[in-house]
Amino acid sequence: MRKALLFVAFLFVSAFLLLAASELKSLDPQTQTEIPRFGSPQAVTMDDYFIDHAQGEIAVNNVVTAVVFDYRGFDTLGEATVLFAAVVGVLALFRRLREDER
Amino acid sequence: MNIGNLPFVVAALLVVFGLYTLLFKRNLIKLVIGITLIETGVNLFLVTLGYRTGGISPIYTYAPEAQQMVLPTPQALTLTSIVIGLATTALLLSFAVFVHRHYGTLDVRKVKELKG
Amino acid sequence: MKDQGMSVIVRTITRFVYGLIIVFGFYVIMHGHLTPGGGFQGGAVVASAFALLLVAFGSAGLKGRINLHWLQSLEEVGALAFLALGFLGIGTAFFYNLFAGSGGFLFGASVPNPGHPNPGIFTAGGTVPLMNWAVGLKVMTGIAAVVIIMLVGSRKEEAE
Repeated sequence: MRKALLFVAFLFVSAFLLLAASELKSLDPQTQTEIPRFGSPQAVTMDDYFIDHAQGEIAVNNVVTAVVFDYRGFDTLGEATVLFAAVVGVLALFRRLREDER
Repeated sequence: MNIGNLPFVVAALLVVFGLYTLLFKRNLIKLVIGITLIETGVNLFLVTLGYRTGGISPIYTYAPEAQQMVLPTPQALTLTSIVIGLATTALLLSFAVFVHRHYGTLDVRKVKELKG
Repeated sequence: MKDQGMSVIVRTITRFVYGLIIVFGFYVIMHGHLTPGGGFQGGAVVASAFALLLVAFGSAGLKGRINLHWLQSLEEVGALAFLALGFLGIGTAFFYNLFAGSGGFLFGASVPNPGHPNPGIFTAGGTVPLMNWAVGLKVMTGIAAVVIIMLVGSRKEEAE
């Protein structure tokens, strides 16, 4: 009984997700019925600035690396911290075993 | 039902598969696989948000002249998300090893009682 | 149950191939500012070469050759180097790119024709190639340490 109820709820949630993904519209009210959704993002001011000025200010050819390491360096710092914390966590969990084998 | 949004529908389908695995399976390793499926679907959705029709990758080395480039910011955010998914999966699998060592089984229903 | 690894064919081909994978991984890390790639991607490639070695030869074959303390220390060096490179331009801002386009000796060249494609200048970029190396070292040694500690931990438990 519980399993059947869970299955019906899961079907409702999955139908909602699939329908929502296929009907994404842009926020601009004038262009809602003319442009196909996949392939025309609407908020491109910041990314156009990155593409135009990456070679002049940072002097690299790869705009994605310029965004990851220079324009958005704080996010990379947080990610390096998460990776470091995960490695230290795994090494600390298996510590009792390594002290046994010494 | 818009068929031009097919990549978004595929990303949502991956999330639906991950949800099914999380709800209806009992083995701990299969639950970790379900979590990884959900993260994969979300990363794919992030990358396909920044696509411009007819665009090339945002790299200037040997690029064809005067063509539009796709947006670079969702790709940078997806990099961070993939690394965080890796960290989560490593810690989850370590916990699975410890649960198997303590209880002798990996069935989620049998490890619910708080013993010792 | 001793862990002997896989068959003879797998072991022979692994001996030929793992050096090539490591060299390709270093290429992806070093040219991160010119071609697709960078620190995280190249570090994952080199860590996968290490995982191939571990699967092909087993934990018994690599017993006395990998020093876990070296791997941990190298990972800490990579993390500290990344943080120190962020503090270099602290006069203007945190994470300020101090050397880009200045004409100095440490990756200071400037791109001649901005806004247009060019074949790629290696000595340009400022702190971006240095950050690529620091992050690549961190990811390489970190994932290798996690893989080897999980394999040794579960094998030792089965032997009890």
